[in-house]
Amino acid sequence: MLYYSLQRVALAVAICMVAMTILFSLVYVIPGDPASLALGPRATAEMKEALRVRMGLDQPLAMQLYNFFANAVTGNLGYDVWTRRPVTTIIMEALPYTLALAGAGLGWAILIGIPLGCYSAINRNSLMDKITGIISVGTISMPSFLVAVYCLLLFAVHLKWFPAIGAGERGDLADQLWHLVLPAFAIGLGWVGYLARLVRASMLEVLGESHVRTARAFGLPEAMVIRRYALRLAILPTVTLLGIAVGGLLSGAVFAELVFNRPGIGLLVYNEAARRNYPTVMGTVLVTVGVFVICQLVADLLVALLDPRVRRSL
Amino acid sequence: MSAGAVLDIRGLGVDFLTPRGRVHALRDVSLQVPRGSVVGVVGESGSGKSTLILAALRLLPANALILGGEVVLDGEDVLRMSPAALRDLRGRKATMVFQDPSTSLNPVLTIGRQMIDIQYRDRVPTARKRDRAATMLRKVGIPDPATRLDNYPHEFSGGMRQRIAIAMALLCNPDLLIADEPTTALDVTMEAQIIHLLRQLKSEFHGSILFVSHNLGLIAELCDRVVILYAGAVAEEGSVHDLFHRPRHPYTQALLECDPARLAKVSRELPTIPGDVPDLLAAPVGCAFAPRCPKVFERCRREAPRLVADGDGHGAACHLVPAIASSRVGPRPSTGSGRGPPVEPVET
Repeated sequence: MLYYSLQRVALAVAICMVAMTILFSLVYVIPGDPASLALGPRATAEMKEALRVRMGLDQPLAMQLYNFFANAVTGNLGYDVWTRRPVTTIIMEALPYTLALAGAGLGWAILIGIPLGCYSAINRNSLMDKITGIISVGTISMPSFLVAVYCLLLFAVHLKWFPAIGAGERGDLADQLWHLVLPAFAIGLGWVGYLARLVRASMLEVLGESHVRTARAFGLPEAMVIRRYALRLAILPTVTLLGIAVGGLLSGAVFAELVFNRPGIGLLVYNEAARRNYPTVMGTVLVTVGVFVICQLVADLLVALLDPRVRRSL
Repeated sequence: MSAGAVLDIRGLGVDFLTPRGRVHALRDVSLQVPRGSVVGVVGESGSGKSTLILAALRLLPANALILGGEVVLDGEDVLRMSPAALRDLRGRKATMVFQDPSTSLNPVLTIGRQMIDIQYRDRVPTARKRDRAATMLRKVGIPDPATRLDNYPHEFSGGMRQRIAIAMALLCNPDLLIADEPTTALDVTMEAQIIHLLRQLKSEFHGSILFVSHNLGLIAELCDRVVILYAGAVAEEGSVHDLFHRPRHPYTQALLECDPARLAKVSRELPTIPGDVPDLLAAPVGCAFAPRCPKVFERCRREAPRLVADGDGHGAACHLVPAIASSRVGPRPSTGSGRGPPVEPVET
């Protein structure tokens, strides 16, 4: 288990480094000089040069890459071109909002989707199973930004049940949660259907396996058969998927943050990319990659914890 | 006999609903397991062996349709009881050892967990249940059982897993132990070990055993009675001695001739029964074995034979049975050959 964990952590670090390098080179692949684009057509050569120095673009490429890595390790992601504040600070202000949003979206999707999938599998071909199936496919095919817009129109504008924009008063937890409901609903909805389908499929497979028949042949209570003998196995593909799901949710969060005008990583990247504020964009994307990699790492370790066969084979 | 039977299956019919149509897996099958005895079920693949024993605990898959008959286990009809009563019966009155030990144990739970879980009815401390499990593991020959309880199934060899499955079944101290080809999925050395274990346990275990196997030698050794299944119906049944020494049904005779262990001469080719097991999508008209039977005659293709049993409980479903019984066995006082329907065997 220790060896496996170390292996996974090493892989996660490697992924982060590759991501950083790609990210770094991306700035040079995008056409146009960042400094002149940022300053507009009427900027003088001196102004451009000053900005280039400030952004570190005057140094040799290898040096820039080295600096980028070295600074990132120490938590320094550079300074915002416009406000000159540390990028790390800017991100740390926005990150909790996005994490709360993604967490709430995924959380409600898990709470509803997994039991729904189990129910569907156990009561296969029942009316509820069929209704769940149709609704699931519907929610999976609906883009989250569309859901967000309709939610906004229906629940915030027409019914006025929930606030339309913002993330709530700072320090007022109840108000923040209140503001979280609609966006979290919007980005989690598709995952409810997805998880329900996935859990149903793997649960059906496990319920048909021989060891479940053994458990039943010993007269174990049905609740124990389902929870301990079937779900422990059926949940494994879902855990792996959830690690990946965080990536999808973070990009879903961009739309939700735009539609609901919530502060967060998505809104930050959207705004700053439009202004070619490279240090902030790079820092934000890097942190997003980090979050994604950590989530996958956690999912991998969780699967290993739940499935002794994985621990053994590695 | 039925009064003393732990398991009494009468007239059981089972169909499977498949995309290809209805498969008639079992047709009017009756079988008794007398208390304290070991009954063997023999048949080719597809003869309905597994269906029969799964039906005994009502563990058939969802696409199985029970057409009729009854399965009486300790005086209660398994097919007509409530799910709660059924659950209460499973694991207490009867347990099962399945064919493939690599899939019949839960892969993500330790065997200790699984062995403790099956004792959920007993209101004793978990430590006590663990001790019981360890004791049972030792009995089936697992070394260092107290430590190995914390291992997962994949950490054991196939033979060890089957020992564990047997230990689990015995842990419940059931009235009836059902074993579905417990040695088939194992390699030869493992098979020999399990056979040795079963032999040993037979003397210690006081319940009844319903034993399904391909291995005729094993059946002959372990069982008191044998039931031969062919194409979803009983072809012949009787005591091991009667059936192996005086097989009446042409299918049983052919089967015994095919058993490599019984071959008198070393020949270059293993004997086989020509032809295939009939497709059970359509219920056979006449005798199901007729297309492969060396002694087939006109009546076989027209009329399905009924199981004719003599006073010893040795019976065969063949139109030739009374004739065969008398010609082979000679005049035996208990043979009901004289009372059978008149038969005119026609050589083909």
